[in-house]
Order: sequence, then structure tokens, then C-alpha cells
Amino acid sequence: MKRKLEVSELIFKLISYLLLTMFAIGCLYPFIYTISSAISGYEQVRDSTIILLPKNIQFDAFRDVFNDNVFWNSYTNTLFLTFYGTIWEMMLSVFGAYALSKKRLLFRKGFNFFLVFTMWFSAGMVPQYLNYLATKRAFQGMGIMDDKWLVVIAMGMQAMNIILLRNSFENVPSEIEEAAIVDGATEMQVLWRVYLPMSKSILATVALFFGISRWNGYFWARQMISNTNEQPLQVYLRLRLEEYSDPELTTNWQMSHSYAPDSVIYALIVCSIIPILVIYPFIQKYFAKGVNMGGVKE
Amino acid sequence: MNVKATDFLIFDEESGTYIENPEQAVRDDVEKHHWLNVLKTVLKDWRLYLMLVPMIVVFLLWRYFPMYELLGSFKLTEDAKAVADQYYSGFSYFRTLLTGVGNLELSAQFWRAFRNTFLLSFYGLVFGFPVPIIIALFFNEIRSNIARSIYQVLTYLPKFMSTVVMTSLVLMLVKQGSDTSGMQPGVISQLLESLGLISTETAYAGMLNNPTFFRAIYQISGIWESAGYDSIVFFAAVIAISPTSYEAAQIDGAGKMAQMRYVVLPAILSTIVIMLITRIGSLLNIGYEKVLLLYNPNTYVTADVVSTFAQRNGIAGSLKGLASAAEMMNNIIGMLLVIGANTIAKKASDTSLY
Repeated sequence: MKRKLEVSELIFKLISYLLLTMFAIGCLYPFIYTISSAISGYEQVRDSTIILLPKNIQFDAFRDVFNDNVFWNSYTNTLFLTFYGTIWEMMLSVFGAYALSKKRLLFRKGFNFFLVFTMWFSAGMVPQYLNYLATKRAFQGMGIMDDKWLVVIAMGMQAMNIILLRNSFENVPSEIEEAAIVDGATEMQVLWRVYLPMSKSILATVALFFGISRWNGYFWARQMISNTNEQPLQVYLRLRLEEYSDPELTTNWQMSHSYAPDSVIYALIVCSIIPILVIYPFIQKYFAKGVNMGGVKE
Repeated sequence: MNVKATDFLIFDEESGTYIENPEQAVRDDVEKHHWLNVLKTVLKDWRLYLMLVPMIVVFLLWRYFPMYELLGSFKLTEDAKAVADQYYSGFSYFRTLLTGVGNLELSAQFWRAFRNTFLLSFYGLVFGFPVPIIIALFFNEIRSNIARSIYQVLTYLPKFMSTVVMTSLVLMLVKQGSDTSGMQPGVISQLLESLGLISTETAYAGMLNNPTFFRAIYQISGIWESAGYDSIVFFAAVIAISPTSYEAAQIDGAGKMAQMRYVVLPAILSTIVIMLITRIGSLLNIGYEKVLLLYNPNTYVTADVVSTFAQRNGIAGSLKGLASAAEMMNNIIGMLLVIGANTIAKKASDTSLY
């Protein structure tokens, strides 16, 4: 029998829907505003009259962004960093977490502490900077002139993600592993055929974390990559923003452009978030599960 | 293990003298070959240990080696030469920062940064912490799975934007206006101005050029960015409550507030406590990227935190030793907070985070 809602319950439900809708709109609005501003005309953006929908539509801002070689360079660089960075980090983390999840590993506590300590204490920015500089010199000494490899290899290992993976591997029943070993499986086969298929959602979550932080990485890339041709998209976006944040720049701008300088920034933002928006809905179902699974260790 | 003299020597009655204890000889033998046994175990499982090697090397080279370079904060020269070649200055950088000996200006800046670091996270805790819990409670009210998924997808979304994108948006939405080019202030500034909350001059000067607004903008954009995402953990706790608990409460005549108080709160309390303790533990670990991208010399008064102070003086400037010293103090206090928080969480709930 369905019971009638009491007044207080009904009110709470209404408030929930109302506030959640407002918050969801608030989360979405800046993106819609961004798209609208990227394709609106010069005067509308200058006067900030765009509220929701684009006015006086032009696509010249996008066209000019797409005609810029530096933009495509930075886009390719970001794809490079994300692709190789994620593979590199996943490889290290999966192997490391698998070994750490084994009870028979000697000095297991020691290795765990070795990881966790980096979450408690970091040397800080300046020593890290000096360390990356030294690494850069060492890489160049070895003939690796491309700073992108420095960013891929030296930056971004996160102990938290390894611990998420380790906790999830620990939950795989040891009987299954023993059965596989009886059947003659090697260590690699156990990891590949038993552990990985059983940890799909946590693997997807961790890969997503790595991939997103690579795609979004800014500070160290800006500090370490000296060659403009090798800079990733986030650095390029920020440099353009700094260039255009001078309001006096726009005094003679209108002579040669049908759009405001702000529209370039908005167009770049759109280009930078589209890949995430495309991938995100497919991965979302895994990752809410993953966040809850590995987080707290009993 | 207590070692007694008799472990090594025993009285031999036959010869009337002390001789070596034969049992101890065996023990010594085991002891001597202890590492051999370890090696045997490792060799038997060599694949497992090989898997650990790359991870360990990466952490040693790029996480632990910088800690060795922290020694630079005890050393005197200001160039990026190898740490080992420099002269020790002892605690003089620390003294300068803490007491102002030698440079009052830097010391004042350091204390300001330390205070700002604490205040930014403290306000984040006070204003930002309850929001995800409330959102999780609201999600629970939505019975349709499809509708809830839509809300979740939308509210998690900002978390996946980069700091650069997020700060660019913020900077654009509250940007300054200009009379010469006719540029109007950002759309949020205009909205606040038309509501009478800020003056036209403030809107024109740019809200992020004004130290009064920095903290508020930082917190609101922070909530916008992560409140939805942070609600995942709380929602998992709320959704785990059995519907029969609600029904029982309803039969007893409990209204919504009473259900919240006696059914929901006890069920999610342990999650709240753990998350709260974690937040308190990371009070001093503030993300520098966002501050770095949002602040400017006009807002240093409220915006400059210890890591941006270190970045300005140590990476952009040349006071490397002093800057590392500043961050080191911050990070050591931060570490003590984290360890303390984790210990308390362990005691409070039998679960630990690591």
C-alpha cells in the first residue's frame, strides 16, 4: 500500500528538487555562457549583454583559433602528454599495487609506508623545481631533448591512486588466484587474466584520474617546457588569457576583427573541454563506484 | 630479545672452564645467513619484486630526492648549485622568516601567507564542507533513477575541468571594465552591481583586483567545482539506509525532520566524521595552482598563501633557500595534522584512510 506523503516530507522533496535544479543549472550555466560568448559578435561581448543565448552569431573566433598553428601544436602536445602519461602511470601503478596487495611480500609494511609518506609530506615547490631542472639536464645529457618526455616520466605519480588499486586488488579472493596457479598460470597471467578483469571499475576510475590530471596539467608544464612548440593546451590557453586580459588592447581591435578578444578565450575553453565532455558520460558509471570502493580501508 | 652471558658461554664441567655454547653457534649461523634466506625468498618470487622496482625508482627520484634537496633551506648560497657544495647557514632562514631578523618585510609576508593559507582552508571547511552532505540528502529524495543520473552528471561535471579553465571562467565572469575601449565588466559583476551589492566603481575596477572579494570568490568557485563530486561518498552512505528504517519511523509518526534526526544522521555520522577529520588534517595543504592563477599583486593581502610565497621568491625569484624553508615549515605542520587526524579517525571509527 502506498502511503500518502506527510506535509513535511512533501516540503522537503520540493525543496530538494528546487535547490538541486538550481545547483545543476549553476554547474551547467558557465559552459553555456562560454559557448554563447565564443560565437557572439564584438559589441555584444564587449557590452556583456549575453546572458544565455548567443547574439549576432559569428564563427570567426573559432576559425581564427583553428587557423593558428600554435593552437594545433599545443593540442597535439596535450594529446601526447595524456596518452603516454596515462599509460606510463597505469603501468607503474598496476604493477606496484599488485605486488603490494600480496600478503607474502617481504617488507610489505615498509613499502606501504614508503608510498603513504609521500601523501603526508612533500618537499615543496622549490626543491621539486630544482629536482626537475636537474632531471631535465640529465635527460638532455642522455640525448632526450624533448621536454615532453620529462613531463611524462617525472611528473604526476600519485600515491593515492596506487593505494586505491591496492585496496581493490586485496579484495580479490585468494582462492581464485590459487586455482589459477594450480592450473599453471604465471604471475603475469594471474595479474592479466584474473586481477585486471575483476577490477574493471577501479581501473577505469584510476585511469580517468590519471588521464584527467594529465589533460588538465598546467603548472609544471609551464615551468619545465621551455620550447613554445612543445607547450600543452592549458599553458597556451593561459598565455592567451594573460595577453588579452589587458582591456586597452581592444581599443583598435574592432578595425580588424568581427569578434571581441574575449571570444578567443571562450573558444579555446570550448576546445579544451570538448574531449572531456565526450568521454565523461561513458566513464561516469564506473567512477562513482570506484570512488566508493577503494577509498576507505577496513 | 634479552641476551645473557650464558647464551654465548657455558661452564664445561669436564674441563672446568667456560666453552662456547653450541646452541648459540647454530643461532649465529642462522643469523649470519639471515640475509641469504631473505634473498632466497625474494629470488623465489622475483617477478613480484621486479614489478615493484619501477614504482620505487620513480618515487625515489622525484618524490624523495627533493626531500634531500630540502637541505638547501639550511644552506647559504642562493644559486641552484648541487646542494652538497653549499655552506650551512643553520637555521638562519627559519629565523628570518619567523622573527624578521635581517628582513622584516619577508617575515611579515611569510606570516601573512601562513595566515591566509589557514584562513582559506578554514573558510573552505566551514562553508564548503556541509554543502556536499546537503546535496547527498537531496539526491536521496529523487526516486527516479534517470532524473537522478542527470543531476549527478551535471553536478560532477565541474570537477573535471582544469584549474586553468575554471580560473579563466572566473576571471572572465568578474573581469574589469575599461572606459577607453568601452569594455564592460564581467557578467557576474554586472549582476551584483544591478542587485546593489557592489558599487559601479568596484565592478569597473574588477572584483579580483580587490582583496575584499578574493576569499569569497575562491570559496564559491571551490563549491561550484567540487560540491557535487564530493557528495558521492555521502550519497553512498545515505542510499545504504534500508527503506524499512524510514517506514518504521513513519509508523511512529516521525515527520521529515525527525526522520533526518533519528534515521539518516546516525547512519551517515561515521562518514561525516571521517571526512571532517580528513579535511581538518589537510588544512594546510592548499592547492597552489588555483591561487596562483587567480591572484595578482593587488590581492596579495588576502590571497597570498605559503606555496605561492615560495613560488614567487624561490622559482620566479632567487631566494631558493628561504622559500624552501617557508614551505618546509608549512608542510611539517601539515604532516603532523594529517597524521593526527588519521590517528583520531582510526580510534573513532575502526577505519583508517590509508
